Amino acid sequence: MSTVTEHTHQHEGTELSDVALRVRTLESLLVEKGLVDPRALDAVVETYETRIGPHYGAKVVAHAWVDPDFRRRLFEDTNAAVEEFDFTVAGVLATRLVALENTPSVHNLVVCTLCSCYPTQILGLPPTWYKSAAYRSRAVIEPRAVLKELGVELADDVEVRVWDSNSDIRYFVVPERPAGSEGWSEERLASIITRDAMIGAGKVTVP
Amino acid sequence: MNGVHDMGGMQDMGPVVREENEPVFHADWEGRVYGLTRVLNLGPKWTVDQSRFSMEQMPPARYLQSSYYERWLFGLESRLLAAGVVSEKELADGKPRPGGVRVPKVTREQYLGQLQPWRAPKPEADPPAKFKVGDRVRARNIHPKGHTRLPRYIRGHVGTVERNLGVQRFPDSWVASQDPRYQHTYSVRFSPEELWGPDANSKDAIYVDLWDEYLDPA
Repeated sequence: MSTVTEHTHQHEGTELSDVALRVRTLESLLVEKGLVDPRALDAVVETYETRIGPHYGAKVVAHAWVDPDFRRRLFEDTNAAVEEFDFTVAGVLATRLVALENTPSVHNLVVCTLCSCYPTQILGLPPTWYKSAAYRSRAVIEPRAVLKELGVELADDVEVRVWDSNSDIRYFVVPERPAGSEGWSEERLASIITRDAMIGAGKVTVP
Repeated sequence: MNGVHDMGGMQDMGPVVREENEPVFHADWEGRVYGLTRVLNLGPKWTVDQSRFSMEQMPPARYLQSSYYERWLFGLESRLLAAGVVSEKELADGKPRPGGVRVPKVTREQYLGQLQPWRAPKPEADPPAKFKVGDRVRARNIHPKGHTRLPRYIRGHVGTVERNLGVQRFPDSWVASQDPRYQHTYSVRFSPEELWGPDANSKDAIYVDLWDEYLDPA
């Protein structure tokens, strides 16, 4: 098996790597030319590091688990249902959302084979494995093998639906509510809903 | 373009490895590249679709060896160079020279002010849909040299329209000539046997978002 290096961490530390220097040069050049406001860049980074992330999606899913009317609205018009929450929304990445329903007989898995399309407005930026060559290439041809590597074991009679997201439409999965969570508050439910479960790469379990 | 980025169905790419407790950005420079791309895309010069195309044009061996944000950096530098915003000399030493194409500066306040919900793009007149839910369609066997969102692994194959996703810009013409060519997009369901042959698991399904111009009746 050949492997493809998708990420390198060897340069983290005190010394700046070549690529870090290249980026610093580019940013200072654009700032000196008066084309970029470094505080705008800070705002982008802050937005994705501290505001928009999988905790948004977890709130949506937990609400759908306890409120059947909301659940219906979520599948009918996902954007409108998500807008019922007071989330920070990023204009340039605010794409059309489609919620997918996992059931005992259907398991949904989201991928982007051409780049890295992802439901960023409710899950934040995608994890490295989602953007890896291994995942992008294999999820559509051997989804069950990929799911097994990610720790999701499915019975043979479960239908696997793979969704290849294509730039303007972003899919996310509403996972099954686990047994043992009856009577829980929405907040407690949200605390066990993982990012991976909302991509279809995991199941929600009671710890 | 039949580029290396069009990865669906390729094999031997190794295992899918999950990183536990992964940070949003693994190094400061990744966040700066992401931020630069986002704020420059807010201006009139570039679109998200063009960002994608510039990354797809990275030489294939380099594409496979690069990390995700190294590809973003490559795309960003090539767009800035192609538009004449910066020169090779400026990129090399970081010293600004006089001249160069100017782009509007997006401030922090403008960026934060542009955080707003999605609204469907509004063409002057809604084009008619070529297909309806349940129609059998064949993905065209075409090989555009520019940007396209028609992946290779479904070209020539027959699927069923699962749902109409509304009107979107057509990525191919939007990148090639800034012509939005608004048209309907559909989620099309393909069976694994249709795409991968008789050994595939017939229980499963692959759904791909496809524009009117990528499809013919089957």
